[in-house]
Amino acid sequence: MSNSQAKVREPLFHIAKRSKDALPSWKAWLIRGLAILFSLLVCSVIIVLLTDQNPLDVFGALIKGSFGSKRKFWNLLQSLAMLLCISLAVTPAFKMKFWNLGAEGQVLIGALCSMVLMFEVGDRIPNILLIAAMLVASLVGGVIWGLIPAVFKAKWNTNESLFTLMMNYIAIQLVSFAIMVWVPSGSSVMGLVNSSTRAGWIPELFGQKYLVNILIVAVLTVCMFIYLKYSKHGYEISVVGESENTAKYIGINVKKVIIRTMILSGALCGLAGFLLVAGTNHTISKDLAGGNGFTAIMVSWLAKFNPIVMVVTSFLIAFLQRGAGEIATNFNLNTSIADILTGIIIFFIIGSEFFLNYQIKTTKSKKEDKKQ
Amino acid sequence: MKKFTKILAILLALVFVFSFAACGKKDAADNGETTTAPAGNAGNIDYSNIKFGLICLHDENSTYDNNFISALKEVQKELGLSDDQVLIKTNIPETDACLNAAEELIDEGCNIIFADSFGHETYILQAAQENPDVQFCHATGTHAHNANVPNFHNAFASIYEGRYLAGVAAGLKIKEMIDAGDITADQAKLGYVGAFPYAEVKSGYTSFFLGVRSIVETATMEVVYTNSWFDIALEREAALKLINDGCVLISQHADSEGAPKACEEKNVPNVAYNINTASIAPNTALVSSRINWAPYYKLVIDAVAKGESFDADWTGTIATGSVELLELNAAVAAEGTQAKLDEVKAQFEAGTLHVYDTDTFTVKGEKLDTYLADVDDDGTFTGETEAVSDGYFHESEYRSAPYFDLLIDGITEV
Repeated sequence: MSNSQAKVREPLFHIAKRSKDALPSWKAWLIRGLAILFSLLVCSVIIVLLTDQNPLDVFGALIKGSFGSKRKFWNLLQSLAMLLCISLAVTPAFKMKFWNLGAEGQVLIGALCSMVLMFEVGDRIPNILLIAAMLVASLVGGVIWGLIPAVFKAKWNTNESLFTLMMNYIAIQLVSFAIMVWVPSGSSVMGLVNSSTRAGWIPELFGQKYLVNILIVAVLTVCMFIYLKYSKHGYEISVVGESENTAKYIGINVKKVIIRTMILSGALCGLAGFLLVAGTNHTISKDLAGGNGFTAIMVSWLAKFNPIVMVVTSFLIAFLQRGAGEIATNFNLNTSIADILTGIIIFFIIGSEFFLNYQIKTTKSKKEDKKQ
Repeated sequence: MKKFTKILAILLALVFVFSFAACGKKDAADNGETTTAPAGNAGNIDYSNIKFGLICLHDENSTYDNNFISALKEVQKELGLSDDQVLIKTNIPETDACLNAAEELIDEGCNIIFADSFGHETYILQAAQENPDVQFCHATGTHAHNANVPNFHNAFASIYEGRYLAGVAAGLKIKEMIDAGDITADQAKLGYVGAFPYAEVKSGYTSFFLGVRSIVETATMEVVYTNSWFDIALEREAALKLINDGCVLISQHADSEGAPKACEEKNVPNVAYNINTASIAPNTALVSSRINWAPYYKLVIDAVAKGESFDADWTGTIATGSVELLELNAAVAAEGTQAKLDEVKAQFEAGTLHVYDTDTFTVKGEKLDTYLADVDDDGTFTGETEAVSDGYFHESEYRSAPYFDLLIDGITEV
């Protein structure tokens, strides 16, 4: 009997989910730190193999892209704020496991609503009124774009991923159509709108053109943190996200929560659109959201839907993006090489999350477990 | 815990090895730099104070942007400018990012900023107003000629002459196909993949078409827009659609290799823009026209080095070396093409041939006697400048950027 037992071949290792809180936080951060160190090593190898550059110089440029000058730092804060704003917008929906892939479109519609007022009303009303009207219009636009798929999901259980994704294309076409009407020459280029009157432009604060944007997003981050963590709404969102049946059982109106949360999500996307038009670009194009509607999903997931941690994750993405451009310019390289490096770093970070959630048990350690 | 320390130790050791290896390499590079010649001063002009910043919408993968980048590198080599004196920012969208890119280049000490995309213009104009000591140049723009901002400049070239020449080569190829009995004269249909339906593109395809029609009178043309400057898949699809529609030769004004590659697959002759496609399409690439930006770069760099002012709005021509035909592919071109091209080019240089000669085309069945073009581009999109006189449409004379935006008979937009 004992003989046959010995013949059973045990696998060398297997992967098991870690029990919650099994890993002390210092260990978790050590693993994350090691992952980043590892990724930099792999990046170094790639840099040496593919280009003739010194990896340290390249990493130097990566940092210089964000911290090389005061202006670059402000630009970093601005990119961070815009990405964070959209990430905050998608977070409540994702926490509820409502797969809102339509942030890009919701942002664009918000931007379009602002631009309609900025372009058509211009300096005919006082600037403060115009900006307020643009804000309201953007919020309403974003809400409508978020609400449509939410209502369909709540009433008829349609697939929200496909629905929100397709809403993006409608938004893109609407923006293209509006530009065609406004720019009959056919170039599809709006250029700066109201550049002489600056009507509808969010004013500079202390000489910094982005400060208002950054402050708004900072306040929003804190509010979202409190909303998700301490409010009844926030609690309902997590329960619906964990299990819809549990939510129903304890008397949460799931449909109401879905619709309410998507109104919030859409409104915040609309706000991002407003900030992009009134506070940043003063123009509109179909690429205005620049893919941030999708990057935001990664920012939100990496931070496990915690708005404060999202500051860190969106910093990371914005930092890498800016560094990528700097590397391309400094070393006369194509931006693709910088994108490759960014990809490697993010890959390792996501990979480290795997090892934080799962552990590899070797046969040996299993025996040790038994001994205990 | 012990295991962790071990792994950590190994990792740290690796990092150190790598950094030392890297440091060693850096020293070697530094030594190399000290032996290279100092910034040259060809022609007794001192270029040491020049710092040139180029802002590109896409990168080298776009034929349009690559045309700006490669010309700048040529000029850099010719004038002996160091790598520190030439900064290139790629993938800069037509948004506030363009203004930021310009400002960052100024922080780096650039005294010439050049942006290459139409939509960059208003941001560059704003940067110019805020930085009067820096010279700003913008290709394809429409505002410098009447903006009265002394450090803001537009430039373009009479590329319609280059496209006309390419059209002549295409016409001869089609004529050869008709003579050989491959197609009938009525089947002489051209296809054109355009980016956006505005003057720069319309002026371009019209000149190409008129070049073809100077050889094959029965030629017609179908135009498909991609509504994007760079989209490999869309440009490929558009080319395939045109080939399916019966087009026997394709040309394009969009910036990827999508269309030329589709043509090579389907064995349909192709005329390219800004790129020599002979290497990617050896059996179908006929010829391509190109704006050579080197003469303008040199003009600007010389002026800034000497502290002189230069034109607010500049149009390059065949004579300035700004409009070129890239090498004719002998394997594809019809016999006698080069001789004919030389003949037509001589006519352009002598000023005896005008591309938009109103005797050679009609609009809605009628000869064009008058046309008010929107040259001032004041945002109203209404024409105010009479462009037709002396029997031809005066393209790129009242401002460098094209303003011929008519749809002439024989061309259909799909």
